[in-house]
Amino acid sequence: MVTLLGLVCVWWGIARWGHVPPYLLPAPDAVGRALWRQRALLGDSALTTLTETLCGLALGVCGGAFLALLMALSPGVRRWTMPLVLLSQAVPVFALAPLLVLWFGFGMASKIVMAVLVIFFPVTSAFSDGLRQTPPDWVDLARTMGASRWRLLFHVRLPAALPAMASGIRVAAAIAPIGAVVGEWVGAASGLGFLMQTANTRFETDLMFAALLVLAAMTILLWWIVDLCLTRALYWVPVQHAQ
Amino acid sequence: MTAPAQVGHAPAITLRGLGLSMDGQWVFRNLEGLFPAGRLTVLLGGSGIGKTTLLRLMAGLLVPTVGAVAADDGLPLTGRVGWMGQNDMLLPWARVEDNVMLGSRLRGEAPDRARARGLLEQVGLAQSRAALPASLSGGMRQRVALARVLYEGRPVVLMDEPFSALDSVTRLRMHELAARMLSGCTTILITHDPLEACRMGQALFMMGGDPVRLSALPVPGDAAIPRAVDDPALLSAQADLWRRMMAA
Repeated sequence: MVTLLGLVCVWWGIARWGHVPPYLLPAPDAVGRALWRQRALLGDSALTTLTETLCGLALGVCGGAFLALLMALSPGVRRWTMPLVLLSQAVPVFALAPLLVLWFGFGMASKIVMAVLVIFFPVTSAFSDGLRQTPPDWVDLARTMGASRWRLLFHVRLPAALPAMASGIRVAAAIAPIGAVVGEWVGAASGLGFLMQTANTRFETDLMFAALLVLAAMTILLWWIVDLCLTRALYWVPVQHAQ
Repeated sequence: MTAPAQVGHAPAITLRGLGLSMDGQWVFRNLEGLFPAGRLTVLLGGSGIGKTTLLRLMAGLLVPTVGAVAADDGLPLTGRVGWMGQNDMLLPWARVEDNVMLGSRLRGEAPDRARARGLLEQVGLAQSRAALPASLSGGMRQRVALARVLYEGRPVVLMDEPFSALDSVTRLRMHELAARMLSGCTTILITHDPLEACRMGQALFMMGGDPVRLSALPVPGDAAIPRAVDDPALLSAQADLWRRMMAA
């Protein structure tokens, strides 16, 4: 918090006394005014981006979890799909964005697909690692108890993998908005990315900064809510407090 | 606080020419042995000699390369073996009672809550049945693990150094509890602790040598276990065991 205030003060100082023209660096108060003046536009745009992000997050997490489960059940699936999952990470989303907009249109669909692409790898690999790292003692115990493969998966391996899955979901929550915004940047009719791009081309730098602030706040809030839910849900995992 | 879990007929277990090869190396071969029915047999031996491997073979977690592990009643051992490992293996997300009933869940049977509660009462944990494992001490956790293996009601119980992580006094208390609750079961207990071996063993085997063999050791006293820690016969047997283990 102190760091944040300090940064704002430095920013203010540079904008006020640094002889920087406002179209390069607007002062915090100008950004604040833009934030207030354009609140309806910013709110609408944020809602679009948030919807895309949440849909992408939900689809990406479900899809990643499903694929990780398939991989856990069958080494063959793992062998064949892991290269594809890696590929989804290896190709920069910026390069794919125009193509996706072409395929899925200017609406939300292409942005949701972008968000899914961005989070698919961290989610799938975290889920899959979690499922592969069941303590062997538990597996032994379950086998002596006569557990079937499915019940072992459901009662032991899956819950044991949940903390690793939670890490994947946290990462996904933090980066999913990137996918949505990149998609909007390339071609959209609304959303924070679209707003930033139009503001940028019109030299409305204060509005651009305001949109950036809204995006940052939204991402932090989203991460915070996801983190809170996960910490509550995984009640048995010791909480590590930052020192 | 007396009746052990109903176990059905506890068979004696025979090892017949048992051999296990892993990565082209024999862990042991032509291993012979007889673990008496309804008794607690202690298995001693140096680290890495293959005690845990032998136990895993008996539990059906490994398949022997040659030979067999057989019950003297001619029935297969599968489904008649309870397992207690070096750590308590409690599932951290499940409450104590649910940990005890884990076997039912894994077999898709209806959990027998009354039985689980009765067993928890017998191991002195009636108050903690809704607690999470993380809130329990090491001794309490191991008592939950004991209740869990008793819940299974298996006539054969295999224990791989289950008390090694406990402090000395807790360990002595666990001996009393385990001896009482497991009476009537064919139990095989791996330990490195000569005191534990002499207190608990109704039959004792030392695993060692080249090739690896099971050699019977004299039983330090009568069949009533656990033997008193200050019993002179036990203390001298313990000293003797120390000498053997140092020489091995």
